[in-house]
Amino acid sequence: MAALVIAEHDNLSLKAATLNAVAAALQCSPEVDILVAGNQSDAAAQAAAQIAGVRKVIQIDAPNLADQLAEPLAAQILALASSYTHVLAPATANGKNVLPRVAAKLDVAQLSDVTKVVSPDTFDRPIYAGNAIATVQSSDPIKIITVRTTGFDPVSAAGGSAAIEKHAVAADAGKSAFVGRELTKSDRPELTAAKIIVSGGRGLGSGEKYQELIAPLADKLGAALGASRAAVDAGYVPNDYQVGQTGKIVAPQLYVAVGISGAIQHLAGMKDSKVIVAINKDPEAPIFSVADYGLVADLFTAVPELTKALG
Amino acid sequence: MKILVAVKRVVDYNVKVRVKSDNSGVDIANVKMSMNPFDEIAVEEAVRLKEAGVATEIVVVSAGPTQCQETLRTALAIGADRAILVETESELQPLAVAKLLKALVDKEQAQMMILGKQAIDDDSNQTGQMLASLLDIPQGTFASQVVVTDGKASVTREVDGGLETLALTLPAVITTDLRLNEPRYVTLPNIMKAKKKVIDIVKPEDLGVDISPRLKTIKVEEPPKRSAGVMVADVAALIEKLKNEAKVI
Repeated sequence: MAALVIAEHDNLSLKAATLNAVAAALQCSPEVDILVAGNQSDAAAQAAAQIAGVRKVIQIDAPNLADQLAEPLAAQILALASSYTHVLAPATANGKNVLPRVAAKLDVAQLSDVTKVVSPDTFDRPIYAGNAIATVQSSDPIKIITVRTTGFDPVSAAGGSAAIEKHAVAADAGKSAFVGRELTKSDRPELTAAKIIVSGGRGLGSGEKYQELIAPLADKLGAALGASRAAVDAGYVPNDYQVGQTGKIVAPQLYVAVGISGAIQHLAGMKDSKVIVAINKDPEAPIFSVADYGLVADLFTAVPELTKALG
Repeated sequence: MKILVAVKRVVDYNVKVRVKSDNSGVDIANVKMSMNPFDEIAVEEAVRLKEAGVATEIVVVSAGPTQCQETLRTALAIGADRAILVETESELQPLAVAKLLKALVDKEQAQMMILGKQAIDDDSNQTGQMLASLLDIPQGTFASQVVVTDGKASVTREVDGGLETLALTLPAVITTDLRLNEPRYVTLPNIMKAKKKVIDIVKPEDLGVDISPRLKTIKVEEPPKRSAGVMVADVAALIEKLKNEAKVI
């Protein structure tokens, strides 16, 4: 009865989402191990060993694991899975990519985007863009779970002293290859880890206005940049800015929604934020029904005024 | 190259569903049903690959009740060549759907499988990955671009923080993200033409697949409501509230 958490990392450092997944794992089992599969991943493995509450770290290094490709990564998890009752990963792009591969090979169901551990075999998860919460029970011998990070407070990244066990790499057919990566370069905080997020919607009218109005406000607040699907669809910003049912799920201390009407798909991604501010010229916009503070105003004057006043 | 596309009939994305009063599920009686939006993108991508001369035939598949034929007709009107309905009234979970699709891929010998990245009803985001795993073939999930050359697919994926590109040896499974393409509007002549196309109907048992659910839904509830806040008069009042009441800046 132990749980395995798949670390989210880039070989050099551990991503914060791992800490939320460990928190969920500890509610499933008191014995939690972490898998760090990568290439030259010593730094990430050492960071994982510091996490409070972790029993041991399993480190597997191989060149084809450097980029977290689903096929070789799933092969490593499968080689370990039989020793565990629960295998968990944060519901990030990587976690969502790899875990269903593992579940299918084990012939078990996956529980996606779990927000609460009711008991070791029963979990809450949102369905229909978060408009309903389903409580589901798994009868499978191994529970494969992706963890919605906003549902679990992270465990401490320090204070642990788990041993690091190095394992040999399991074979993979090598039918997929990593070609390249094009990450959005930004000095701003990462969207899913930010304390403050400023998001823009179609009300902005153009990508230029997004840059002209939203970016300076975010800089003043030390905030990450977000957007509604409508703004992404309209081409104002890249898709990795998208907050919502089919984008990122966030829960910052402060979420500022500018020119966003508040479609249910968007609300699904941000309604667990601690404080929500909405600025919209339409007093009937649904975003106001979830906002703590609503300002009915023309965003083209209100946002610069706000940015200036924050001096 | 033959492409197999999977489509799901779901509650239309504009419908706000209600939880049933006995907490057994959500009420989908008399609500508008449509093709899952990501699956529409999947059909469109397959049709574009055929128009570009890369694909030779597009087989579209759905699993579920008899009404899924409407969803298949929409896919045929977009440009798929023929359709297969795996007909069942039973609840289908992602693993079961992946097994049904695997059986059909084995039979059809398709080289590329295109699915939506997630269905907007159960939000699972599993079936494509499970299908790739069962077939022991590579996957390119959350795709924003697909280029096929010499038996390989170059797939650009939407990942946290940007994009990454993979080279996959075919056969492979692709799952679509929203920027892959913009599905065309279905025209009346194409709807008429689609009526002449064939929909084969099979049963899960014909395919030798056990579809029994692995997860039991104990209850479905409304999410905790967020109480509406206050309206502020101007920017100055907003800043005052954020500083002194919410204390978040």
